[in-house]
Amino acid sequence: MSDEKLVGIVLVSHSAAVAASVAELAKGLAGAGAAVPVAPAGGTEDGGLGTSAELISAAAASVDRGAGVAVLTDLGSAVLTVKALLAEGDELPADTRLVDAPFVEGAVAAVVTASTGADLTAVAAAASDAYAYRKE
Amino acid sequence: MLDADFFRRWMTATAASVAREAERLTALDSPIGDADHGSNLHRGFTAVAAVLEKEAPDTPGAVLVLAGRQLISTVGGASGPLYGTLLRRTGKALGDTAEVSEEQLTDALRAGVDAVMTLGGAAPGDKTMIDSLVPAVDALAESFTAARTAAEEGALATTPLQARKGRASYLGERSIGHQDPGATSAALLIAALATAAEAPEAADV
Repeated sequence: MSDEKLVGIVLVSHSAAVAASVAELAKGLAGAGAAVPVAPAGGTEDGGLGTSAELISAAAASVDRGAGVAVLTDLGSAVLTVKALLAEGDELPADTRLVDAPFVEGAVAAVVTASTGADLTAVAAAASDAYAYRKE
Repeated sequence: MLDADFFRRWMTATAASVAREAERLTALDSPIGDADHGSNLHRGFTAVAAVLEKEAPDTPGAVLVLAGRQLISTVGGASGPLYGTLLRRTGKALGDTAEVSEEQLTDALRAGVDAVMTLGGAAPGDKTMIDSLVPAVDALAESFTAARTAAEEGALATTPLQARKGRASYLGERSIGHQDPGATSAALLIAALATAAEAPEAADV
């Protein structure tokens, strides 16, 4: 299983602490499956609140194992920056997808699904399905 | 006809204007945003002016594409990808010719504004930069001066609107009564276009 190409996950938040914590949470809940490459891209390059295109590009490159990269985001500029980078064409790995999903729940679903060796479409679908989980 | 030098003057004049108005933009962004619009755009357009000086692209399209790319990578807030997309898409629509007509610029800018509306999902009346950009492009068919006036009037007209996009939309009715910072900075961009056209020698100051 160690040779298997797993989908990479990038978590983009306005806050470096939020991105790092959600990555840790998702990996912790993924359990004993294959080690999914997960990279946080939180805050600006100088440590402030906001979105950094450079951090997102670097994170996506670092988790690319050839099976595609799923990007989950929190709010506003995080969403818009990823969309703008995708529109650039050459800023992110070829098979990179912005996934429409809730940030925390979607990250857990994406990492757990990716750990089974599922492809990018299945990972994205699992993350999006997290919207359907009602809390009341 | 408008050459690469005209478009560099436009970007330089925008950078100077944003630097002058950064505090006012941030003040407008305080009651309904997160109080960083002026500083974010100042950082972005300072980087744009620097990269244009260093790389000196030789076509109008290349100037705007490079400027847009720089904004996306340096601004850090939603205005980065929005203004970045506006300039880059406008630049791509201009193609790689050495000179463009005012009519070509109008058509290209319209394509850029359409791309921003698609990216951000905003329409006229949502209290965003679109509220000054759309009337500006419409008026650009007449003259640069008319575009500047239309953009400024569009920005002022956002005050009574309720925000439906971005952080300000969470405030609901409390967003009413505040001029939109994005529409205000967009009016600066259009005013700088008129500055580049009317007073070329003053635009670099």
